[in-house]
Amino acid sequence: MLTVMLLAAFAGAAEPPKLAAPPGDLFKAGTLSPVMPAPALELQGTDGKPIDLARYEGKVVLVAFGFSNCGEVCPITLATLAGARKKLAPAEAADVQVLYVTVDPERDTEAQMKRYLATFDPTFIGGVGTRAQIDAAQKNWGISSTKNVNADGSHTIGHSSSIYLIDRQGGLRAVMPYGHPSDDFVHDLKILLRGR
Amino acid sequence: MKPAWLWSLPVLAAAGWASFAPIQRASREHVFEIPKGTYARRMAGDKVEILPSKITLTLGLDDVLLLRNLDDVPQVFGPTIMMPGQSFRLPFDRVSENQFTCTAHASGQMTVLVEAEPVWPWQKLRWRLRQWLEK
Repeated sequence: MLTVMLLAAFAGAAEPPKLAAPPGDLFKAGTLSPVMPAPALELQGTDGKPIDLARYEGKVVLVAFGFSNCGEVCPITLATLAGARKKLAPAEAADVQVLYVTVDPERDTEAQMKRYLATFDPTFIGGVGTRAQIDAAQKNWGISSTKNVNADGSHTIGHSSSIYLIDRQGGLRAVMPYGHPSDDFVHDLKILLRGR
Repeated sequence: MKPAWLWSLPVLAAAGWASFAPIQRASREHVFEIPKGTYARRMAGDKVEILPSKITLTLGLDDVLLLRNLDDVPQVFGPTIMMPGQSFRLPFDRVSENQFTCTAHASGQMTVLVEAEPVWPWQKLRWRLRQWLEK
């Protein structure tokens, strides 16, 4: 009797682990449900036009936050995203837009951000603006950033490092935490690109 | 009267089974809910912990974190903001220790530890013990 009780206590369910969807349809990124419209971004784009997510409807948009003087996280993120676009077929890549929003509006001018992003992929568009505009964008997207001042007076910024995946309809579908390889982005982008 | 050592047999049998039997689970999702009223309680000075400060997941068994925001206000969990009524399903595919910001915590932080799938008997025993203790 004691054996039966102990076995019952330890035993899990009798079925193998189930997944909510077939493996091919599962995102590598974290997914949000129900899908809601992506938060607003009211900034100046480094392509000379205002950033308005409605402008990119029909495309898959990747949004990330960072700054051009970032020495650790941002170069890796941007190189990963550039690598992912290169792995897509040209027609697919043309339907993917990367938006990189600064968390350092005091230093990241439109020209500075444009130069920086072009070193990774000239199609990337930076989002710049006033401190108030950047603060509003960060609040809408749940982005945190902390300014750390060095002994020499220079500063660096710790910031949220996830990448947000927006579908063709403008819905915020998924969030890829920092550190995933470009193949994971390719996998998820292909799912989103299939959804017309 | 039975010899005393006979009483240890069921325990040994259970430990043996727990160490060697294949682990099976109904779902790979480890579900947590942020209850309605969490923000209001926090604003009222209540430091109650809604979610554990550390969550341990196991690859291949329960390697998907599913968070549901049942509160009336948006909640930030690590990489994302979850609107009221929204869920966030985050899969993990490698052994790792992840620090996340989480507004549902008094500390504002949450750790998700992802462990390798238990292969050896002692690993299976440990995994089952942890599951049992978490119930």
